[in-house]
This record gives sequence, structure tokens and C-alpha cells, in this order.
Amino acid sequence: MDILITGLLLGGTYALIAFGLNLQYGVARIMNLANGEMLVLGALAAFWLFTAEAISPLLTIFIVAPLSFVGNWLIYRFLLTPLVKRSKTQGQLEVDSILATFGMSFVLVGIMLAFHGEYYTYSYLAESFDIFDETFALNRVVAFCFAVLIGGLLYLWLFKTRTGMAMRAVTVSTESAGLVGINVKKMSALAFALGGAVTTVGGTLISTFMVLDGSVGVLFTMKALIIIIMGGVGDLRGAIVAALILGFVETAVARLVDPGLTLASAYAIFVLVLLFRPQGLFGRKPT
Amino acid sequence: MKLSFLKQLLVSAAVSISLSAAAQAADVIKIGSVAPKSGPLAGGATVTQWPNLELWSKQVNAAGGIKVGDKKMMVEIIEYDDKTNPGEHIKAAQRLATQDKVDFIVAPYGTGFNLAAAPIYAKYGYPQLAVSAITDKGPELTKRYDNFFLLLGDTTSFTDSVVDVLKDMREAGKIGSKVAMVNVADAFGIELAQAARPALKAANFEIVYDKSYPLGTPDMSPIMKGAKEAGPDAFIAWSYPPDTFALTEQAIIQKLDVKMFYTAVATCFPAYGKTFGDKINGVFGAGGVNPDSPDIAKYMAAHKDLTGKDADYWASANTYVSLQILQQAIEGSSTIDRKTVTQYIKDNSFETIMGPIKFENQISNKFWTVGQWQGGKFYGVKSSNMEGAADIIDKAGWK
Repeated sequence: MDILITGLLLGGTYALIAFGLNLQYGVARIMNLANGEMLVLGALAAFWLFTAEAISPLLTIFIVAPLSFVGNWLIYRFLLTPLVKRSKTQGQLEVDSILATFGMSFVLVGIMLAFHGEYYTYSYLAESFDIFDETFALNRVVAFCFAVLIGGLLYLWLFKTRTGMAMRAVTVSTESAGLVGINVKKMSALAFALGGAVTTVGGTLISTFMVLDGSVGVLFTMKALIIIIMGGVGDLRGAIVAALILGFVETAVARLVDPGLTLASAYAIFVLVLLFRPQGLFGRKPT
Repeated sequence: MKLSFLKQLLVSAAVSISLSAAAQAADVIKIGSVAPKSGPLAGGATVTQWPNLELWSKQVNAAGGIKVGDKKMMVEIIEYDDKTNPGEHIKAAQRLATQDKVDFIVAPYGTGFNLAAAPIYAKYGYPQLAVSAITDKGPELTKRYDNFFLLLGDTTSFTDSVVDVLKDMREAGKIGSKVAMVNVADAFGIELAQAARPALKAANFEIVYDKSYPLGTPDMSPIMKGAKEAGPDAFIAWSYPPDTFALTEQAIIQKLDVKMFYTAVATCFPAYGKTFGDKINGVFGAGGVNPDSPDIAKYMAAHKDLTGKDADYWASANTYVSLQILQQAIEGSSTIDRKTVTQYIKDNSFETIMGPIKFENQISNKFWTVGQWQGGKFYGVKSSNMEGAADIIDKAGWK
């Protein structure tokens, strides 16, 4: 029971890391290597507002979400649109966007280090929370609730609204989506901006229980990549399932076998999935 | 006529340039520094290394410079970011030596970096006053590199001191013999855990939980739960900054009720005290200072004043000491010739904020090993040859 819940909480954290990149890569076809830095920006905002102004990170979410949405929209509009326009194939866009966002990640790291080079340390809701006589960290439980909320809203939006359907259509095929009258450019910009906002909010939540610093973003980018590739690019359900699998496996290995093997076990699962389902758990086979 | 005028102009320009260059070279001591400003170790270097360089250079220049013979020379600092990457570090150090032609270089930040860069500093003859480096390889290194100095101590002293604290507490009847120990799976954590195992066993302590975890582990709660189930009397973690914070937070949440709780690096950071407040009263960590000694108190006040940041309660002071030694060695030998200065460092004793320091075979045996949070300050409780160790206080739960 304890392993189940701890794994669930960790899986929620991983889902928070991966939701945004899933939208950005799945819909807008931008392999955003600055994803982790966006996340750390959310953490920096939370740290700064908490230590300087005593603003709760849960309020900070509502400040960073619109800011990040606008910021990411501007990035897409002015930095990435030229790349989208000139690329003839999806492969070329991926290569170009990897290079562009890789550069962007350095700029963001530089800005964050200039702002605060030390660790973002603060204590928020670091209290015990008992479920079924087992003790968990309240800040992780809260972050998990938000992960469920964000995942649920995204799911409802993608599967129950017209815009969401258009979004899914773009995921399947940009050309066909354009043919049936979907404004692919607008949808891609929206997906990129929304993905960025979700990632930043994830960073704000994660900073309540993890100590981050300006340079740590790349670790989150890696984790997010593993999760979305494992789950199937562009599929929200796949990302959620993959995040939960990672959470469970890492926790179970840490408790039952050895904490030293958590990373190895995560990569082992990743390799197994790639071997037996190269398109990811929920991915479609390329036609 | 026209040509000769031009010639004259050129000659006079050349002369004035070379003159000003000579004047500049004569009045300024160029000091290079390569350390992380980004990458995993940047968070530590921004606390311990960089502010001290800023503090020291400001103080020296405000006083008119370093006295070399009968003139005073200002210091100019040239900083490079090694991105926490040894390859980058060596490139930058080479650049300092060959292009910037600096007179001295401040030693790297981090054990691995000090070891990796030692050959390059030796090649160019820069005295390397290694502060942020803890290793048992000291004698071997100093034998091989006659410009290599160690100030912060060796692995065995650190683990032995922790065992000493445990023994003291057991003798006083505060704890039993069960110890839970975890370490970060990295050169630093592995070396300390390996040194601690036989030392604990020799002192008849039983290691009831002994696990390592990978760098960047996102959730410490399985480890803390495992440790708690083992029912230890003491908890020891050979940890790095992010895990030091995460383990402490989990110990508070899981209510790990041990009288002896020790985390290694970053326990001495002011941010640790700020984050956990009174809850961590009685927590042990690596390092320590005597914040009540007048010299240290004055240093800490100046640190806050001139850099806007708090000094940490450990290697900050040692870092400043290394700069004091460099300055006194330059003044004492009346030259900026590196060979002479290096020899001077070997032969003489130095008056520092940590008291007089003299190197024996290029290793200083004066350093703090274990500290404890006591009423908002981190006091050194165990050391090698330091005076003013505080008495150990009882840890009253996590509140």
C-alpha cells in the first residue's frame, strides 16, 4: 500500500514534468530542449515570491501560468515560426527546433543564474500527511492533486471540445488537418504556449518538495523525453501511464531492492518498451 | 617631411603604448579563477567560492593593494566558468596561463576538479591552495606536485570525527549502537561510506541500514522509510546539497526520531538554517566554524557587508584563509615570482582568521570536521587541531 501511494505521488510528479512537452512535441512538432528550463523558471518564481514576498507557491501558479503562456506564445511566434515556415519536412523541423531550443536553454540558464545562482531552497507544507496509517509529505500530496487536476482538464479539453479535437487532428497529421480546414498554425502556437504554461506550473509545484537550481533543467528535459517517448508521442494518456509506471517501478525498486538501482530500473523499463513497442505504449505505428 | 612626421607619431605612439603596458603590468597582480558558475556544483560554488574572491579583492584594493617590496599592487580578478566540467576547467586554466598570463590562480572548487587540474597547475608552476577538496590521497599528491597544498582535511578525519561524535553520545548514554547510513552514489559519497564502514565496525557500531542512491534522486521517502524501519539510533548521510535538503525534509515528515542526525555537504549553508528554522536544532553536518571567535565574527560581518551574502559555516572561512595565505606569501617574499612564493608558503607560518596556519608537507592539519546547529548557528564540535569546539547539545525531535 505504502509503495503504491508513494509510487503514485512520484508518478504524478513525473506527469507534471511531461504534460507540457507532450503538447509541444505532439502537436506543434517542436522538440523543445528548453522544456526543463521552463520548469525551473516556475520553480525560481515560486522560490523568489515565497522568500521575498511570502506568497504561497499555490498562488504563484496563477501568476506564472498566464505569464508563461504569453512568453511561450511569443517564443513560438517570433523564434520558431520562421523555422516552421522554412522546413519542408517534419524531420527537418525537428532538427531545427532541437538546435534552436537547445540554444534557448543556455540563454534561460544564464538568465536564471544571473538572477539567483544558489539553490532554490524553501520549506512549504513540509508536513506529515497520513493515508491509511502511512506517512506522506503534504507538499507531494498537494502537487499530486494539482497533477490530477491539470491532467483531467487537459483530457476533457482534448476529448470533449472542438478545439481539442482539432488539436488531436493536428497531432495525427498536420497536412490532413489543414485540408479539413483546421488552422494548423494557430493550433500549433496554442499548443506550444499551453505546453509551456503547464510545464512552468509543474516547476512551481515541484519546487515545494525538491531543491532546484538554475542548471538543473536538463535533467527534467531528459525525464520528460523518456516519458513521452515511452507513452507515445502526442498521447496524453500514454504520458500519464508512462509517468505512473516510472513512479511505481522506481519506488518499488527503492523499497524492495535497493535505492541505488532506481535509475537503472527506469532505463530498463524504457529499453523494454522501445524493444517491444517502438512507437510507445499508446503510439500509432507509422504508416 | 610628411613621412618622418608620421614615423615620429608612430614611434611615440608605440612607446606610449609599451610604457602604459609596462606600468599596468607593474601595478596589477592578475589573479585568475576557474570554478563553476553553472552546472551541478554551481549552487555550492556561489556560496563558498565566488563571494570570497569578491570579498578579498575588494578588501585588498580598498587598502591600496598588496605590498610587494616597496610598492603596492592592486589585484585584478579574471573569472571563468568551468560549467562543472573538468574538460572545460582545464581549457580555461590553460587560457589563464597562456593568454591572460595571470600571476596566480585560485584553486578549483570540488575534490574531483582539484585532482583533475593538478597536473596543469603544476605544469605552469601555479601554487594550488586546494580548499574545496577532501581526500586521503593528500600525501601522494603533494609528493607528485610540489605546488599542491591541502587545507580542508582528509576523508579519514571526517569519518573518524563522525564516529567520535557517536562514541561520545553512546558513552553519555544518549544513543545505542544502531546506525543507519546512506550515501550518494558518486565518488565523494562512495569514498566516505567506504571509509566509515570499517571505522564504525571497529567502534562496535552496528550498521542496520546501508544504502546508496543515485545523484538527482527525485524522492527520498523510500530511503527514509527504509531507514526508519531499521530502527536506528543514529542516521548518517554522506550527501550532496540537493539531497541534504531532501533527506532532512523527509526525516522531518517521516518523524525519524534519532538523537544523532548527520548530513554532509550543505548542512553548513545559511540557506539550510533559513529553510528549516528551529526544526534542525541539534542536527550535525560536515564542517563547522567557531562563529563566536572575534576574527571569524568580523570576517562573517564583512562577508555579508561587501558581498551581500552570508558566508557558510565551513569552507567559506577556509577559502578566505587560502587567499590570506597567498597575499601574505607575496608580501613576505616581496615578489610575484611563483616559484619563490610557493617556497615561501612551504616554509612559513601564516596569521589567518582561523589562527596561525603552517603547512606540513604541504598539508594543513587545522580544520573543522563536524559541526552542529545550535540556536541558529552552526558550531564546530569536532576538529583537527582547532580551538573553541562547542559542546554537543541534545536534539529535541524535529520542532
